[in-house]
Amino acid sequence: MSLALIALGGDASTLEHVARNVLPDAMAQTAMLLAGVAVLVSVVGVGTAWLVTAYRFPGRGALAMALILPLAMPAYIVAYVYVEILEPLGPVQGGLRALFGWRSRADYWFPEIRSLPGAVLVLGFVLYPYVYMTARALFSVQSANLIEVARTLGARPWELFRAVALPLARPALALGLSLALLETLNDIGASEYLGVRTLTVSIYTTWVNRNSLEGAAQIACVMLAVVAVILWLERRARGARGFTASVKRPRQATPLALSGGAGFAAALACALPVVVGFAIPAALLVREAVSRTLRKGVPAEFWHALGLTLAYAAAATCLVLVLGAVVAAAVRMVRGRKVAALARVASLGYAMPGTVLAVGLLTPLATVDNALANAIRAMTGVSPGLILTGSGAAVVVAYTVRFLGIAAGGIESGMSRISTHMDDAARTLGRRPGEILRLIHLPLARPALASAALLVFVDAMKELPATLLLRPLNADTLATAVYAQAARGVFEDGALAALAIVLAGLAPVLLMLRLSAPGGQRGPAEPAEAFALEDPSGLAPR
Amino acid sequence: MKLSKSFALAAAALGLAGAVPAMAAEVNVYTSREPDLIKPVFEAFTKATGVKVNAVFLQNGLEERVRAEGQNSPADVIVLVDAARLVNAADMGITQNVSSPTLTANVPAQLRDPNGAWFATTLRSRVVYASKERVKQDAITYEELADPKWKGRVCIRSGQHPYNVSLIAAMVTRHGAEKTAEWLKGVKANLAKKPSGGDREVAKDILAGVCDIGVGNTYYVGLLRNDPDAGQRAWGEAVKVLDSSFAGGGAHVNISGAAVAKYAPHKAEAVQFIEFMTSDAAQKLVADVNYEYPVRASVPDGNTEKLFGPIKPDSLSLADIARNRKTASELVDRVGFDN
Repeated sequence: MSLALIALGGDASTLEHVARNVLPDAMAQTAMLLAGVAVLVSVVGVGTAWLVTAYRFPGRGALAMALILPLAMPAYIVAYVYVEILEPLGPVQGGLRALFGWRSRADYWFPEIRSLPGAVLVLGFVLYPYVYMTARALFSVQSANLIEVARTLGARPWELFRAVALPLARPALALGLSLALLETLNDIGASEYLGVRTLTVSIYTTWVNRNSLEGAAQIACVMLAVVAVILWLERRARGARGFTASVKRPRQATPLALSGGAGFAAALACALPVVVGFAIPAALLVREAVSRTLRKGVPAEFWHALGLTLAYAAAATCLVLVLGAVVAAAVRMVRGRKVAALARVASLGYAMPGTVLAVGLLTPLATVDNALANAIRAMTGVSPGLILTGSGAAVVVAYTVRFLGIAAGGIESGMSRISTHMDDAARTLGRRPGEILRLIHLPLARPALASAALLVFVDAMKELPATLLLRPLNADTLATAVYAQAARGVFEDGALAALAIVLAGLAPVLLMLRLSAPGGQRGPAEPAEAFALEDPSGLAPR
Repeated sequence: MKLSKSFALAAAALGLAGAVPAMAAEVNVYTSREPDLIKPVFEAFTKATGVKVNAVFLQNGLEERVRAEGQNSPADVIVLVDAARLVNAADMGITQNVSSPTLTANVPAQLRDPNGAWFATTLRSRVVYASKERVKQDAITYEELADPKWKGRVCIRSGQHPYNVSLIAAMVTRHGAEKTAEWLKGVKANLAKKPSGGDREVAKDILAGVCDIGVGNTYYVGLLRNDPDAGQRAWGEAVKVLDSSFAGGGAHVNISGAAVAKYAPHKAEAVQFIEFMTSDAAQKLVADVNYEYPVRASVPDGNTEKLFGPIKPDSLSLADIARNRKTASELVDRVGFDN
């Protein structure tokens, strides 16, 4: 992977232009976008995760699930929707004009959605579920003992959150936040449409307008440095506090009931992100999809695209899970620097902008493809054509490279909670690494595997740049179908396909919610797992 | 090892379901045109000739993909928007030269590659939209967009969008890089808001009173005026298309065009397809569906001309403009047009 990128590098002729005229502004815009999104997703993600795990309030159960929903929304679709709603001719400003009798846009002030703050809001409210999910997963398995001890010692709710829950949740937080930031860095659709010139957008225009893959690669290298910083910060945040909690399935702390106004406020706080990141965009998509379907019916291509999207996403998810588990297990068992470094490389795919990755993959894939085709022709005398790009296998490979990072990170952080004493015990009992993985790690890491699978599946369904570049003839996925309409400036015509992406994304969300349902929700008195090796402190440093 | 394993798994998982076997009577089209705009032409072609069209809509990276696929590439026809991309595709060596008397007759010489590497199939002009209510004049030069009288009244999409890069490249071809940089600064100083959105948003911003004039391709207004939605139609009606030209020249036009891929497995069908694209029937289809102009002078312009009058292309050669695209794109960065 990184090889592909190096291959793109070189040639310094455009470097000066890039360094002087493109980078300063693109870096500044990117930094501000990242900072804004980081604050927004942390506050929203951690805040809501804590509210739904630590408190009981009206609608908590439903909201706990609904808070994941924006994950099913591609950011570029949300950007289109909000421009549609908030633009001068949209319903909001139209209503205001009618209400106050303003005649033209010049008569009043209204925040501009096509702006940096607009992009922060759009991306933040779509990406916070990454933080929410990882934070909630960790909050919900935090040993009840700790929280209850703190409560008994008279910790006030805020102190409890700040001094106990938050530090314990840091590894998960770091992971969720880094995923959200990498997604932000990667985004082209929403940023470009909202007029924010990030590094990724600059890479894109440099490549497209100047046929300069070298220039694009140079900016991409700067971007990879940003990525490296994010990943390093994540490592540090995670590594500095390596706790493994009690191996026994932890009992969840009893949520405190919030009554009256406080409960209502909590419900409102949790509902807001769902409404902004999901309900409003979904409502607009439903309206457009229904009106178009009534007028023209469901186009035949739609079903084809739906089937193909699911097939690609499912194939990639399986592949990623297998590889992700292998990477995570290797990191855990071998504990060498080299292995850890390899794991970092494996996760770089996620960090690279999809377009750069796709172009980088083109050459190696096509080389393998051509070698295959020529070999088969030499043997059989019949030209089989290109097998990988001709079949969609290339798309699946691209998804795998791109999303391995999410899975590996998630599985690793899931496994990091399994006490290493268990490995040692199993090894003492003569179990081989493969058996340890199968008998101990995988069953215990099931919630982590499930959430990794979910993330990969939904992300693969939404994936655009690699799909666009690598798919075979006559093969459209839902995302490329939506994009084709948006490229014509009539994204509403793609509303049905966009809605399908969202709906299809919902099924795995629900599935994941079941699989990862924390112990506390299944019944208070779950017996300790058979092979629990209780660590007396509950906090064994790794 | 890991990679080869994933290849094997992926191939096994998907089988060859999507593979297109090499058979006669079909043609494979790689297109950067949006599928809905070109699909009617595919259907008409299949109806007229019995040749099946397999297509994939690839936007950026189409050329890289054809190049990477090399000798085994299934691509027969490459359809691209923007003259610069066609010129570049020929330079990259992914096209082959075609000599077809039909094409030479159908496509005027300035709208095709002299060696037959590519042929224009449609024309569009980039013009200035204006508010019917707030703008009195009916004609404008591109140079005038930098005139301070438009201060705070101009809207445009990103200067890095290929449509704008092409317009700026034409300006470079006419006036040189330094004058163009001045012009860009002037236009930037006149902007009502940061460049963003697309041409359609520019039209909408004019209607909403954010700005009085804006730059866009003719067909967006055509599409708005014929939208099934009454609201959109009303917006289309409130905007007029100014008679736009370079000082002492004509309108900035761009093309979409087609080329036969270098290793086309169905070369005969590929040529047949491009010939069909330049036929009266296909040209009229494009003009009617997408409000573009036909490349054939003999084809009645139909809807497009009814709406915007006859096209008056500038005399600059498209190939010259294409050569200045890189300079234009760098100028946009240099003056911070999009910032």
